[in-house]
Order: sequence, then structure tokens, then C-alpha cells
Amino acid sequence: MQSRERGTNMDYSANMTSQARPKRDVSFLQRLLRMRETGLVIIILALFVIMTFASPYFLTWANMRAMSMAFAVDGLLVIGMTILLISGGIDLSVGSVTALAMVVAGWLFLSGIDPWVASAMSIALCTGIGAFMGFFVTRVGLHHFIVSLAVMVIARGACLLFTGGRPLGLFTLPPEFKFIGQGAIGPVPVVIIIFLVFVVAFDFMLRRTTMFRKVFYTGSNEKAAAYSGIRTKKVIFLTTTLCSTLCGIAGIIYMARFGSAQPTFGLGLELTIIAAAVIGGASLNGGSGSILGAILGVILLSLVSSSLALLDVSVYWQDIIRGSILLAAVTIDHYLNKRRG
Amino acid sequence: MMQDVILKISNLSKSFGPVQALRGVNFELRRGEIHAIAGENGAGKSTLMNIIDGILQPNSGQILLDGEPTKISSPTMAQKLGIGFVHQEIALCPDVSVAENIFMAATNVSTSLMMDYRKLEHDAREIFAQLCDIDPSVLVRDLSISHQQLVEIAKALTLDCRILILDEPTAALTEAEAQTLFGIMRELADRGISIIYISHRMVEIFDNCDRVSVFRDGQHIVTQDVADIEPSDVVNAMVGRVIDNLYPHKQETPTEDIILDVQNLTETRSFRDVSFTLKRGEILGFAGLIGAGRSEIVKGICALEGDVKGEVRLEGETLSLRDYPDSIAKGMVYLSEDRKGDGLFLDLPIADNISALKVEQVANRSGLIQADSELQQAEALARKLNLKYGTMRDPVSSLSGGNQQKVAIAKMLSVNPRLIFLDEPTRGVDVGAKSEIHRILRDLAEEGVGIVVISSELPELIGVCDRVLVVREGQISGEVSGSEMTEENIMHLASVLDAHAVA
Repeated sequence: MQSRERGTNMDYSANMTSQARPKRDVSFLQRLLRMRETGLVIIILALFVIMTFASPYFLTWANMRAMSMAFAVDGLLVIGMTILLISGGIDLSVGSVTALAMVVAGWLFLSGIDPWVASAMSIALCTGIGAFMGFFVTRVGLHHFIVSLAVMVIARGACLLFTGGRPLGLFTLPPEFKFIGQGAIGPVPVVIIIFLVFVVAFDFMLRRTTMFRKVFYTGSNEKAAAYSGIRTKKVIFLTTTLCSTLCGIAGIIYMARFGSAQPTFGLGLELTIIAAAVIGGASLNGGSGSILGAILGVILLSLVSSSLALLDVSVYWQDIIRGSILLAAVTIDHYLNKRRG
Repeated sequence: MMQDVILKISNLSKSFGPVQALRGVNFELRRGEIHAIAGENGAGKSTLMNIIDGILQPNSGQILLDGEPTKISSPTMAQKLGIGFVHQEIALCPDVSVAENIFMAATNVSTSLMMDYRKLEHDAREIFAQLCDIDPSVLVRDLSISHQQLVEIAKALTLDCRILILDEPTAALTEAEAQTLFGIMRELADRGISIIYISHRMVEIFDNCDRVSVFRDGQHIVTQDVADIEPSDVVNAMVGRVIDNLYPHKQETPTEDIILDVQNLTETRSFRDVSFTLKRGEILGFAGLIGAGRSEIVKGICALEGDVKGEVRLEGETLSLRDYPDSIAKGMVYLSEDRKGDGLFLDLPIADNISALKVEQVANRSGLIQADSELQQAEALARKLNLKYGTMRDPVSSLSGGNQQKVAIAKMLSVNPRLIFLDEPTRGVDVGAKSEIHRILRDLAEEGVGIVVISSELPELIGVCDRVLVVREGQISGEVSGSEMTEENIMHLASVLDAHAVA
């Protein structure tokens, strides 16, 4: 009995000592955690400065606007991909599903359906595709990689089937629809506003909601998550579906922006998206990643491509350089993680 | 009458960090004998065998092979020296044929460019002709577990060894297959091969072996001819007598208030007809050999695993759980035996780990996690369990084993459970944290939380529990409490002493 009482006293004293330090550590640790984001920001700013001197066309309103339009819609895709990667999955079909969303909505519009309704139907179809993949992954037990590879090919085939391989011209799209892709509120393009809304919303949700916390648990250690009473299959099903749904939304915005539906849109886009998410800190093993990091990853990649274009570097070199950046980013991260672990 | 000694080990010691796994062990293996090794889980048997097979290196001591001091630096070297080891776990390639599997070592060292499948199969047939009826051309994945075990043994036979180590080879075999194996062991011994035979089953040791050595707590206790020793003496030597005052006091006033009532619980593969009750305030223990079905039973009760039939009543309410989340909702939680594998999220912060069982608890109504309440919850539980940590945002991997285990327990407590099943709650935990955890369990029991402890450490069960159920081969073989709760009694109930008891 007596030893127990003494033990209780010890508890409090031990706790006092462990509580004495936290303040300083928290801010230090937070800085550590933000390191990747700050690192990316620094690289982006450096590139920005270099390019301003290297090309007279770089720091112009037109170029800035074109560049931000380019990464804004891809930003939606990278949000979905990052969340999916955190849960331990991957999706190779984002490029073709985005194209399919565009093509299906365009085709429905051309057959006389209201463009808003057509868009909603098309987004619903993408959600269905995500659910279809989620089914194969969680119920049948196949790997994300192979399921999404198959869907990537199927969706691309469907795009070509719908259009006969030719872009659908959608000149009759009403101006209020085109507005979401081409319009601006004041000086800010609508696309950028949509992008910012999604980024802020998902970044907040990922950090704060219980639903997305479970995504982290699941990706960090699926078995431990199951042993914590988390329905991990449901989580993976939902992240898979969410990723495809965002592809649908992105496809519609692209359609409004281009005023056409291109069946060959987004070839190889999945690799850029995955690369951006990984540069931004998502792990292919699941359990880590952030929206802000992933967006910075997209910005970096898009900045690099547009810079290379401005500097008249051959398209072939561009791919080599982008691939090297990915490899460098992941290598650096690997060593940073090693030291921390 | 000194016989021909092939392997002599003297004064061998091995430690893993602070844990002394072997202390000055002496051991002698004669040519052509079948030498049984007995000991509880954690007695040091596996460590010694792993040293003989070159998987581990001793800290000090000597190994003499044929009288020559030898350093066995790797399993490959052990193989060259003629030492074969059949592990308890099956380590075969499931997608290639039986013949390729058993000759994998030979193929590995072969210098020929092409595989000669015909010869492989022919040689395999010859080996199986004396062992059992297995077609060498089928894939390993298509074999039953007991046949896979036989393939493991056949694989060791191809190695042309002088010393053959068999680690509980009959665990997965039927009685008939086991008898065949014993016949083959005797034949090999007659040819001059020495066999080290590890088993918990006294009847196997006394029917088939020449000598037996007993280990306990990393020490060699005794070696005797089986003719000169009784099975009960071996069991006594295995458990020894450890006086330990480190454990908390026991239940003072027994109650009749039943927390958990389990009736006729059956799961086709792992256990059958399990019935027991847990009373408020008591700590109930589950003893049994590894693989007897202890964990499966409690996982079955929590709906974590298996297709379970039978009745489970928690505080009078009959449960029909769909899955583990249902069990958590009812207040019944399971602490995993594999802390690193499935108990914790090692890369995630301590606070996130503690709240994982029910994140909704630290969130507001719209599902937003309140960092403050998450931190408060974690800190309150950390205080209760005397957790040593830097900050709550540090990853769990930064903590010591004992503190990691406290995080895992804090996670269980975060939902204010009515009943906790703890599977090996002090595995890999240092002595200090261990007795703290024992005290926590007693405190919880006194607060009215149901506590069920599974452990392979008998002193722990005896020290902590008020009552111990013994599981043997998927059934409860007995119950001990009070002064009957001795290691001898538990080991008797846990091991198969009687040949007829083998199903």
C-alpha cells in the first residue's frame, strides 16, 4: 500500500520535470517541420530572381498570369494526389480521367444538355471511376498502382472513342460558363480564386479534421490503424474517390478555359502530379505529406518548365531537367529524414 | 566414460543491450545423439541455437567443433561446417517447386550455368522416399503447413550435415507425421549425425531423445540422460523458483460482480469451446505456449480477427460485434503484443498516437481537432502513467521501449475502457518500467476496469494476476489461483505431458 502512495508522489514530480521544457522545443520542432516548405520557397524565390535577370519576358504581367493559370488547375489534381499518397495509395489515372471529364462534359453539351448539368454529370462519372478503383483496391485487394494503370488506359481509350480522336470544339459554350476558366474578378483570374479556395480548404481540413487525421493514421501504419478501430478500407476508398472527383472538377475548369475538349489532354500529367506531391513532402510509403508542400512542388515544376521555355531550351531537355529535379529533391529528403530518424 | 564429443560450448555469454540472454553457458553435444533442449520462452534456447548457426555472435566464451576452437561467423559458414538449422518459422519460397526449395542452398553454390530441373526433381524424390509422400514438383504454396514443415526438414537433410538443429519441428505436424519424423531422426543419429531437438512436449523428449538439457533465464541448469530423470524434474528445472517482491499487492476483497462472461467461444482454425468469466477488481491472466491460441481468443472476443461463434456478455449485456470499432465503442480494447508492428504509429507524434482510438473525443462537433484538448488529454494520461517524454509533438520512435509501451497503454485508456486485454504488456520493456506497468494494471483493476493479461512470462503472470487460465492447443486446459498458482502447475497444464492428449 505504502509503496503505491510513494509511487503516486513520484508521478507528479517526474511530470513537473518533463513539463519544464516544452515551450522552446515546440517552436524549434515546428521550425524543423516547416523546413521542407521553407526550403522550397527559397528555391522558388531564387529561380524567380535569376529568371527576372535572365529573360526580359519573365517578369511581365502576361507571363505571370499564364504561369499561375498553368499551375492553378494542376493544383487541384495535386491536392487529391497528396491526400491519396498520405493514405498509402497512388493514382496513375489522373491525366486521363481529367481528359475524360472534359470530353464527356463536352460531348454531353454538344448533344444539347445544359453545360452546368453536363459538368455535374461528368464530375459524378469521375467520382464513380474513383469508387470503381476504390472497390478493386479495398474489396478485391489489388494494388493501387495496377488498378489505376488499367483505368488510365481505359479512360484514355474512352476519350478517343467519344471524340474519334479529334478535339471537340465547344464554341457555343455560354460566356458565364467560360467565365470560370477565362474570366477574372478584378485583376485576379477566376481559376486562381478557385485554386486558392481549394488549397486553403483542404490544407485546413487535412490539418484539423478527424476524417483526415484518420488518413494519416491509415497511411502511417495500416495495421496499427485497424488495431485502433479505424475502418481503414473505408478511408482508402474515400481518398481514392476524392482524387478522381478532383480530376473531374479540374477537367471541367480546363474545358471552360480552352473552350474545347481535347481527348489527348494530360498525357504524362500523372507523373508531374506525383513528382510535385513528392517534392512537396508526400511519401510513397504513406503517412506524410502536406498540401502546402505539394502546391509549392507544383509551382516549382511549373516555374522550371516556363523558365526553360522562355530560355529557348529544347523540349527534350526540359524533361531531362525536370526528372533530375525530382531525383535531387527526393534524394535530399531521404538524407534529411535519415538524420532525423 | 567420455563419449565422442562433436560440439562443445564453454562459458558462452551473450547480451542484447542491458538484457543478458546467455550467462556462462556450457553445453556438450555427442556424436550420434539426439539431445533435447527444454526451457521456457525467453530462457535463451533460441539465442544459443542462433549462435551455433552463426546468426548471432557471442560476447564471450568458446565454441569447440571436433575439439577445434571455431568461430562461426555466418549461417553460410555454419552450413560449410556441417550445421543445419530447421527454424520454427517456415522460410520457404511459396511460388517455386518443392524440389527447387530444398536444393536452394546447393543451387546457390553451384557453378553450372543452367538449372538441371530433372536431376533436381530426381534427387528430391529420393529424399522424400524416406520422409513422406510429397510430390517434389508441386509449388510450396499448395502444401499444408505440416507438409511445408516437412519440406523444411527435407531441406536440412540435403545439406549433408553433421549437426542438425530442429526447433519445435512437430508444432505443426500431425501425430503420424511426427512419428515418421522421429523414425528419421533415429536413423540419422544411427548414421552418426548429432541432433539438437528443441521441444516443449515432455512426451516427445522422453520417448525419442537420449539426453536433455534444461535452460532457464539464460543459464544452463542441468543435463541428464533421459533414463535418469523424471519429466516432472525437467519441468521443475525449467521454471525454477524465483522469489520476486517487485509485484504489486493482490486483490484484497474478491467480488462477485462479473464484468465479462464468455461462453463456448469457438473459432474454426484457432480455438474451441472457450468459456470463462472476469470479475470486477481482479486481474485475469492467460498462460500458454506461443501458438496455443491465447491471442486469438482475445482478438476473437474483440472482433479483431477470425470468424467467432459463441456468447460474449460485457457487464450483463450480450454483445454482437461487427468489427473492432464496435468493440471500442462498447469499451473493450486490445493492446497489441507487437508494439512496433501494429500497436503504434512510430513516425507520428505522441499526442496523435494517444488520441488515435477515438479522435472524435478531442474534436469539436464539426469534426475539427482541438489541438489544446488533444494535448491536455495526452498530458493527463502521461501524468497518470508517469511517461517520460520531451514534447508531445515528438514522434513515438524517439521514446524508449518502456515509454513507447506506456504510450500504447495511454492510447487504450484514452477511451475510458470498461475492459482491456493486454497482450504481452511488458515485452521489451526494462525492469523499472515493467513494475510501473504492473502497478498501473493493479490500480486500473481497483478502479473497476476489467484487466486481462496475456504473457509468456510465468513469473509475471503469477506476480500480477489473481487467477490464471492456461490455454493449450486452442482450449482452456485449466485454471489456477491462489497458492496453486505456481510455475510448475501452469507448465504442466500448458505442455502436453500425456501422449493421449495430443489430438
